[in-house]
Amino acid sequence: MQDFFTNCATVLQKYGFSYLRGAGTTLLLALVGTFFGCVIGFAVGALQTIPVDKQRDPLWKRTLIKLMRGVLRCYVELFRGTPMIVQAVFIYYGLMQLFNIKLGMWATGFLIVSINTGAYMAETVRGGIVSIDPGQTEGAMAIGMNHWQTMLHVILPQALRNIIPQIGNNFIINIKDTSVLSVISITDLFFVHKSVVGALYTYFESATIVMIIYLTMTLLASYLLRLWEKALDGPQNYDLNTTDTLAYTSGMHNAPDPVHEPQNLDMKGGAAHV
Amino acid sequence: MSEPIIEVRHLSKSFGTHVVLRDVNFTVNPGDVTCVIGASGSGKSTLLRCINLLETPTNGAVLFHGQEITEKGFDPCSYRAKVGMVFQSFNLFNNMTVLENCTAGLRYVLHQDKETARRTALENLEKVGMAPYIHAKPRQLSGGQKQRVAIARALSMKPEVLLFDEPTSALDPQMVGEVLSVMRQLAADGLTMIVVTHEMAFARDVSSHVVYMADGVIAEEGTPADIFEHPQNPRTAEFLSRFRQQ
Repeated sequence: MQDFFTNCATVLQKYGFSYLRGAGTTLLLALVGTFFGCVIGFAVGALQTIPVDKQRDPLWKRTLIKLMRGVLRCYVELFRGTPMIVQAVFIYYGLMQLFNIKLGMWATGFLIVSINTGAYMAETVRGGIVSIDPGQTEGAMAIGMNHWQTMLHVILPQALRNIIPQIGNNFIINIKDTSVLSVISITDLFFVHKSVVGALYTYFESATIVMIIYLTMTLLASYLLRLWEKALDGPQNYDLNTTDTLAYTSGMHNAPDPVHEPQNLDMKGGAAHV
Repeated sequence: MSEPIIEVRHLSKSFGTHVVLRDVNFTVNPGDVTCVIGASGSGKSTLLRCINLLETPTNGAVLFHGQEITEKGFDPCSYRAKVGMVFQSFNLFNNMTVLENCTAGLRYVLHQDKETARRTALENLEKVGMAPYIHAKPRQLSGGQKQRVAIARALSMKPEVLLFDEPTSALDPQMVGEVLSVMRQLAADGLTMIVVTHEMAFARDVSSHVVYMADGVIAEEGTPADIFEHPQNPRTAEFLSRFRQQ
């Protein structure tokens, strides 16, 4: 046991900075990948839910929408259905060999993680959109919003709130799974681990350190996501608007009298008066 | 009398083989308050939804200022911006505050600036007695309050016609009172309204025209006095018998 701690200290002393840089790389890949994955997911999800009206829409529009749905379907199935490690090799070397394009490691890394997350997020977002009460869409249509305005202002903000736990899942999975990108020589945390044990043969010690670093990152991520959820939910209470002079003049005989002191209405306290 | 705002002509609607509306005809002139009454399942709500194009009519026509709304090339979005709708289940945007609910259409559909939209929204919220609640989210309001906000949201668009789809059916008696008194005020202000309702007293006292529907057709229509005092159709008499006994 004495040895273990001593070895850990030695490893950290020698390679502590490398571990940190590796962790930084991992975190950056996961963050960028999850972000663009979500953007792709929201776009694909919204595109897949464009309504088609057989009576009103012309044939070309219906065909186009069907074609697009087919293409998006293929994208989702392809990237959900193959391992990321294989995709990384396939794209990195495929681009080089077939098209003579040498994409940098970073660019490839971001690309792979983004489109992979995007494929999963597309289905998640579609589920999130479907779960929103159709009344919300009708309410938006009834004041003249089109599909995109309805999506942007009404449906997606609510869907986003509902799928944050799933975004969190994807982010945490990405923190861990970017370790497979070491196959295209990205020096992420796991790559650092492999280099360290190659030099010092301290398998257990290095693995312990790496475990702790991964766990710290994922726990911190879960905590921050919870905070974000809370922020999106908004405050439990609301203030009656009393700074606005119009508020004082609401003269409905059935409406509550305007309150002249700013106050919090705690809904749990039964103050939801009519 | 000026030209009619909405004319419904030979309107039919079926879902698959199930016929919901059959050859419905009626006209709405500016300032009319038309109440549509009838048993549940008689097609009242579907009629309203066809007028707002939330459902596409199977046959027949709906004319808005003489223009056919189901025609190809007719823009349903700008049409709906002029024909407001209030739903039984309120359908307020859950992600927005009361004020944002009322400014959403003004800002995103009519592209007004924030301050103009805010002023219009406040004016209308004040009309329905909900101005103090602009910072509340829909989930923090009672049913009657939600419906009054929904009315303010629809009014903010300055609609030419406002459609009400059983606006009080999801509310308890006290809340029904507060919503109906708002609607009475709107009718008195001269707003053109089509109201699908089970509130017979409201239909009798406020409307200028009453349409009684049964099994997807208009069984009888006329002034409130005609329908409520001297119903010609025995089905109308039967439907109203309970109310008239009270």
